[in-house]
Amino acid sequence: MATDKKDNHWKEDFPVYQLESTQVSRRDFAKFLCLVSGGLAVGSGYVAIKANFFPPEKIAGEHFVCKKYELPVGGTRSFVIAGSTIPYILIRMENNEFRAYEQKCTHLSCAVFYKPGSGKIECPCHNGLFDAFTGEVLAGPPPRPLPRLEVVIKGEEIFVKDFKSDKENSERSNHSAT
Amino acid sequence: MPVTNYRTDQEFFVDMQRCIGCKACEMACSECETNGHESMIHVNYIDRAVTVQTTVQVCMHCDDPVCANVCPADAITKDEFGVVHTANTARCIGCSNCVMACPFGVPQKKETYDLMMKCNMCYDRTSAGKKPMCATVCPTQALYYGTREEIAKMRPNSTPVNNFIFGKESVSTKVNIMMPKGSTSLIID
Repeated sequence: MATDKKDNHWKEDFPVYQLESTQVSRRDFAKFLCLVSGGLAVGSGYVAIKANFFPPEKIAGEHFVCKKYELPVGGTRSFVIAGSTIPYILIRMENNEFRAYEQKCTHLSCAVFYKPGSGKIECPCHNGLFDAFTGEVLAGPPPRPLPRLEVVIKGEEIFVKDFKSDKENSERSNHSAT
Repeated sequence: MPVTNYRTDQEFFVDMQRCIGCKACEMACSECETNGHESMIHVNYIDRAVTVQTTVQVCMHCDDPVCANVCPADAITKDEFGVVHTANTARCIGCSNCVMACPFGVPQKKETYDLMMKCNMCYDRTSAGKKPMCATVCPTQALYYGTREEIAKMRPNSTPVNNFIFGKESVSTKVNIMMPKGSTSLIID
């Protein structure tokens, strides 16, 4: 040990001296703070840039999901649109209407489920509840309604396409009128 | 950091020749309740078949303590005064690495506790400015705790030595061994 000429860097991590093992130097603490705050700044910047300059692409065209008879009343079917990884659910409501929503809760992205017979979509993680007809938040922590897809039924086949809210539809019709 | 009254001017001096094997040091050490009434100092016979000569072995508190270096659980530490402390009972895993590594044969593993226990220079006393228990009870002053000036006055024909050479390994310690005047190191092969 005393006569050992070998590299003893390992002792820095496993110090024998009590002072070295219990005290963090001011410089080390400052380095740690810089690293953590730098990491947070870069992370927040990344999220802000991604949200403002690279908005999520709208779904183009119509996408086939399944046949009508494959989905019983009160049943749901999860699907993914080709070229995307976002999970969606298609719900056949009790009044035979169809609804399609993103399956990620707007709170913390837990998978949401339709509660048959209740007309509500439930997020089991923190008891978030959404209206199954509109996607609006009914209860719990979710800050936004569930992103919705428009369901188009052509004969026996069910398709989904990008959902245009009533407001957007009216704006579009005004534009075309003028 | 806790404030102590540890006296850095005082050192431990061991004079093996003066040991009479009375084991007062062992008794005194085992009186201490901080080490579970076990003696952390060992009195050994040199060659019992031939002679009644005994020696006494305290922890030498090495500058670079090999017991602490080989401890895989970081249980043995050294404080700012150079005292190598006994294994932290919350960390010691009873692996006996320190027992095998120590060139002086100081740490002993107590099988009943599954713990290593060794002398910590009576840290409960020395940190309060007192002398180690064994040194205060030794009738022949084979164990002496005091300043270098005191020992030089008391033993004019001896020199305190704290360098030990084990083969190619050189070990320097906080505890001194009294050697004939003019000695600088003790070579042990």
